[in-house]
Amino acid sequence: MTQHTFSSLLAGLVVGVLTPFVAAAPALAGKAFVSNERGNTITVLDTETWEVLDEFFGGNRPRGITISPDGTKLYVCASDDNLVRVFDTTTYEELESLPSGPDPELFIIEPSGKRLYIANEDDNLVTVTDTETRTILAEVPVGVEPEGMGMSPDAKWVVNTSETTNMAHFISTEDYKIKHNVLVDQRPRYAQYTADGTRLFVSSEIGGTVSVMDIAEDGTPTLIKKIGFEVPGVLPEWLQPVGVKVTEDGSRVFVALGPANRVAVVDGETLEVLDYIIVGQRVWQLAFTPGEEYLLTTNGNSNDITIIDVASERAIKSVQVGQQPWGVVVTPDS
Amino acid sequence: MKQILAALLAAMIGAVWAGGAVALDVRAAVLRVDYQTLLPISRYDLIPEDLGFAGASVGDSDNATTGSFLGHTYETRTVATDPDGAEAAMRSLLDEGIRLFVVLARSAELASLSDLAARQGALVINAQSPDVALRSDACRANLLHVAPSSYMLADAVAQFAIWKKWDRWFLVSGSNVEDTALADAYRRAARKFGARIVEERVFVDTGGSRRTDSGHVLVQRQLPTFMQGAREHDVVIAADGTDYFGRYLTYHLWTPRPVMGSAGLEPTSFHAAHEAWGATQFQTRFEELTGRYARPEDYNTWLALRVIGEGVTRANTVDPEELRAYALSDAFELAAFKGQKVTFRDWNGQLRQPVLLYDGSITVSVSPQDGFLHQFSPLDTLGLDRPETECTAFN
Repeated sequence: MTQHTFSSLLAGLVVGVLTPFVAAAPALAGKAFVSNERGNTITVLDTETWEVLDEFFGGNRPRGITISPDGTKLYVCASDDNLVRVFDTTTYEELESLPSGPDPELFIIEPSGKRLYIANEDDNLVTVTDTETRTILAEVPVGVEPEGMGMSPDAKWVVNTSETTNMAHFISTEDYKIKHNVLVDQRPRYAQYTADGTRLFVSSEIGGTVSVMDIAEDGTPTLIKKIGFEVPGVLPEWLQPVGVKVTEDGSRVFVALGPANRVAVVDGETLEVLDYIIVGQRVWQLAFTPGEEYLLTTNGNSNDITIIDVASERAIKSVQVGQQPWGVVVTPDS
Repeated sequence: MKQILAALLAAMIGAVWAGGAVALDVRAAVLRVDYQTLLPISRYDLIPEDLGFAGASVGDSDNATTGSFLGHTYETRTVATDPDGAEAAMRSLLDEGIRLFVVLARSAELASLSDLAARQGALVINAQSPDVALRSDACRANLLHVAPSSYMLADAVAQFAIWKKWDRWFLVSGSNVEDTALADAYRRAARKFGARIVEERVFVDTGGSRRTDSGHVLVQRQLPTFMQGAREHDVVIAADGTDYFGRYLTYHLWTPRPVMGSAGLEPTSFHAAHEAWGATQFQTRFEELTGRYARPEDYNTWLALRVIGEGVTRANTVDPEELRAYALSDAFELAAFKGQKVTFRDWNGQLRQPVLLYDGSITVSVSPQDGFLHQFSPLDTLGLDRPETECTAFN
């Protein structure tokens, strides 16, 4: 604890002292924040040097992790505390918590930063929380074990996936009502729209597939394909898609494959799997650095993150973090 | 309650049904046959009044939540009976029009209840009996098994022992019919995976004081001498299907060795400390709804109702024959907190599933073990494989 406080102080000092002299460069080096589910901590990494800058208490069973659009606040689903903990991204000081409903697992923040949509795993609800007034705006009943939370780029839709019901629920952000339900394969974990909003990817961990939906202009989904995976020498049972990220131009889809210890590279046009990148053990969540130079993966069983160079589609480094890393988020360009 | 409310709410606020769905009312029953039994060796094994039924309430609630988005409603009756009243209990449920059953019973009652159900075109899912015959020459077309067979359980232990290179076994079995059947399963598993039974003894059930005051004093003197002088062995395999001596073995051996089977490291479909693969969510949901820890029978019953729910959701039907056909088809798959999908063997109606190896506090390992390969699925290395079964009702 003393050590952490000291190093964060030091980080503060360094930034404080150096900033005036490097005004031409970006104000702050990028930071990646990793939630460690078992360690109850958040690990902070420098996205240039990949050094661990700090590790601080992140609440009990921290899983989902995101950042305010202006990069100043870090939001963490503290699942066993039944709330969202909020931290200052510079000082790591804990700010006032947000109500989340019970057992928050994963959430998504709208581009304005105002509303947070939270999946309550134990209670079959999606909770909508106002980050400014710190109040709950709505509770939306969804299927059993809600987890994945995706948002359309126009912020009109939130897609929640329910792991035991096996549906993607399309919730309108205008009236918080479900307008569409699409059955997908077993245990859907994650939902990701393309940047142009015309397509949605939903990963099914136990089904072993990624469902691809075309999204009409009015938001209506049509299931067009299920992407399967195959790696020689790896039992098909271990190819378990979880985290999904799509490049801004839509050309590449990256899919974390859990205990297969690989990230699949999918062609965004043809939807064919092009390659598999070997990463750490039990890879779940993914995050791009700004500009999509790097893709970070959380590897829950090897307690590290892998850094993938997006252009060359290669893993370049792995960095040890805390116990059982779950989620990762990177500060936006400032 | 909260879940039921949430489901109701979802229906009320006009959740849009997924394409092509039609309104369906799913009526099922969980029928449990209660037997006269002696007290278990451990108080932890006392049978709760709501055994299985608690799992049913979670399964029903899960199905109802999913159903609320599809216009499907679920109602599951739970009925407990003694063996003599079992057929009457099922008849009365059949008279109510119920055609989907989950049965918790021993093999004799399970067989007769399945036959009774068959005459009305009803489907039965076995959530308890590990009896092998019902998966082989005595199989029934309308009987599916979510409970693992004793062969599957024994194979799960055997694979772990072989993986550890503990291939010299000292098999100790009880003298009751269930114990003998279990010993057969371990002998078969040893042959199948290349272990050697270097010594075999039967600990005869002569009745006894079990866990009465100072019973342990006697056990501490008797058991080691019974275990004395065995050939060199790596592991003790206990086959105690009636729970009268197995639990005493672990620390009352002559030669200190790990115990597996009915004591020490036990194979099971589920236990309340299992956390991997999202199971924590099942545990918390179960504990919140029922106020106790889940038993394998609860999990099995939950799973049986989820099989029905999954069939209704995907195949849009409540017809027992259509649900059975869907469950046995290639399209069927189900997530069951075991790290991979579970599916049915279409040659005898047995659910393929990983088996947990449990030491009384944690999941020590999960079989099938690495390296046990199979041309179709590693899960088929556990239990009766297609060429072995004598079941013809599924052809």
